Amino acid sequence: MTKTWRKLSFMLVAALLVGACGTGGEESADGGETDGGGGQETVKAAWIYPSPRNDGGWSTAHDQGRLAVEEKFGDQVETTFIESVSEEPGAATRAIEGLARKGYDIIFTASFGFMDPTLEVAKKYPDIYFEHCSGFKTADNMSNYFGAMEEAKYLSGIAAADATQNGLMGKVVSFPIPEIVRLTNAFLLGAQSVNPDVRMKTLFTNSFFDPPAEKAAAESLIDAGADVLTQDVDSPATGQVAEPAGAKWVGYNSDASEVAPDAWLTAPIWNWAIYYEDRIQAVLDGSWESQSYYGDLSDGIVGLAPFGDSVSQETIDKIKEVEEQIKNDEFDVFDGPIKDQAGEIVVPEGETPTLEELLSMDYFVEGMEGKLPAS
Amino acid sequence: MTPDLVLTIFIAGIAAGTTLVFAAVGEIITERSGVLNLGVEGMMLVGAVTGFLVNNQIGQPWIGAIAGVLAGAAMGLVHAVFVVGFKTNQVVTGLALVIFGNGLSGYLGTSVVGEPPPATFDPIALPLLSSIPVLGRILFNQDALVYAGYILVAGAWWFVFRTRPGLNLRSVGESPETADAVGISVVKTRYLAVMCGGGFAGLGGAYLSLAQAPSWVPNLTAGRGWIAIALVIFATWNPLRAALGGYLFGCVEALSFRLQAVGVDIPVFFVSMLPYLFTIAVLVVISRGNLTRRLAAPAALGNSFAREER
Repeated sequence: MTKTWRKLSFMLVAALLVGACGTGGEESADGGETDGGGGQETVKAAWIYPSPRNDGGWSTAHDQGRLAVEEKFGDQVETTFIESVSEEPGAATRAIEGLARKGYDIIFTASFGFMDPTLEVAKKYPDIYFEHCSGFKTADNMSNYFGAMEEAKYLSGIAAADATQNGLMGKVVSFPIPEIVRLTNAFLLGAQSVNPDVRMKTLFTNSFFDPPAEKAAAESLIDAGADVLTQDVDSPATGQVAEPAGAKWVGYNSDASEVAPDAWLTAPIWNWAIYYEDRIQAVLDGSWESQSYYGDLSDGIVGLAPFGDSVSQETIDKIKEVEEQIKNDEFDVFDGPIKDQAGEIVVPEGETPTLEELLSMDYFVEGMEGKLPAS
Repeated sequence: MTPDLVLTIFIAGIAAGTTLVFAAVGEIITERSGVLNLGVEGMMLVGAVTGFLVNNQIGQPWIGAIAGVLAGAAMGLVHAVFVVGFKTNQVVTGLALVIFGNGLSGYLGTSVVGEPPPATFDPIALPLLSSIPVLGRILFNQDALVYAGYILVAGAWWFVFRTRPGLNLRSVGESPETADAVGISVVKTRYLAVMCGGGFAGLGGAYLSLAQAPSWVPNLTAGRGWIAIALVIFATWNPLRAALGGYLFGCVEALSFRLQAVGVDIPVFFVSMLPYLFTIAVLVVISRGNLTRRLAAPAALGNSFAREER
């Protein structure tokens, strides 16, 4: 009964939200005229977020990108967004199609679960550009975009390893999917690069955004002895737990140091503005083409948030050095040898996993505590 | 599992159970008057978002909690107007209030989703009591609302079973005709009981958003209102047993992540299912055969009262 109610009520709330936001942008539905040369004078751009834009994490990072676009292009661009869109296919399709009907020129859909709905709407509206984040499907008018977050996770792991006293870290993890497994491994590998004995416990909340569950999971990690916490979930609840417990915290997605100033070490973050400004410019120039974009530390789409006061200059220098090595392609996060939890070599010395192997990673590396649930 | 970790399960369990205890005790008072309120979940949500919003504005969690109580009581008033005033079906009205509360709270809280509150209820160690070995750490190193919960449970028990207004309340729930005949106002008693239950539910919600979580997300209560209703039956309409059950459920909730943390190899979905599974198990055991009557359910529970129909 409860499950059904949850679902029902979520759908109701989502429907309400979609309805409420949908009526916002109608008065100016005639912008974005294309001129003869293929480019446009102005562009109407829309974003769809899976969680509230003030979640202090994933959606906040995307919304900062949207605001940067507004800042840069001024009158040339008109933006809107719909937040908290459910990843249930029906709800997402309605939200995306609603924007398409309102005449938006380009629509960014910022969650893996929006991939198929985006593709579905893209086929129906061939004159509109679609950009889907973190997926793998494209079409003539649909790109996908993402970045090598594992590089930033690796760097932040170095800060964590220098901060732990007892060598036990804890991570609040969302879903046991390859992307998250890869990022979790990258963080621990980074930590082990400076302290080979460091271990990490993982707890799954099965949600990207569920602050109460995140808090409960973080408390359990502290109770189990972890003294550095990190996360790939969206809210800063993990930091709120770390602060009073005297633990350290590596956040995710955006600079949340004000939530837990003493616990704050750093956070691997996304700088979506770099990509969004580029794509809006392409629409204005008439040069937009479908692509699969995968950014990294070099172009700045991923990076680290400012360091907390407790991070020593020595640690910062170490991180900067590795950052340069990664940028110069001297070194890759998943360079062998890498062992899995059972101690078996999964990436032999001198080898690096192929992109396909990275995208289907289904094992935790040695030093991880807790079993990876079947996904 | 180390002894220390076991201890933390109980510490977190008492806190996690407090929200259930508030809601269940409130529902007991409501049902003791013969009114079934299935809208607890909605009332908790409205209480939670109101408490959170008020606290966000002024940074005073106590004022937030009181606002949560008032918001819950207002929802209770709506329920009472319909089921006592207009004599509508109590089940349907309650269900409608769940959906209404869910939508309303989601709408009101849109702007503050995920925001950290400026102030929360933090644990206060009670002098002397908190130095009792083991029990002191579990029971007396909690936040102020947990202590308020202890007092409210004892107070509710005393009120229901040891006072004249409590006797009136029970007689209205057992036989409103008789109560009416001896001069007790059935309508007034039921209005007050439903509003009181709503206020408790609102407090339970505010506890979630101000102390336990402390944050706001749509559907923050995640079914706890339903667990509270099941607890009322589990507790056979007795506030003391409801408290016991509530804290027990809280421990089950606290257990889930800690089992994972110590590496017990059970699927995560099974773990998050535990409190709900437990609820179903309780309901199955309790609704077997003709137990309900023996369990002392108020005889007039769910029935509207109209004087001329005597």
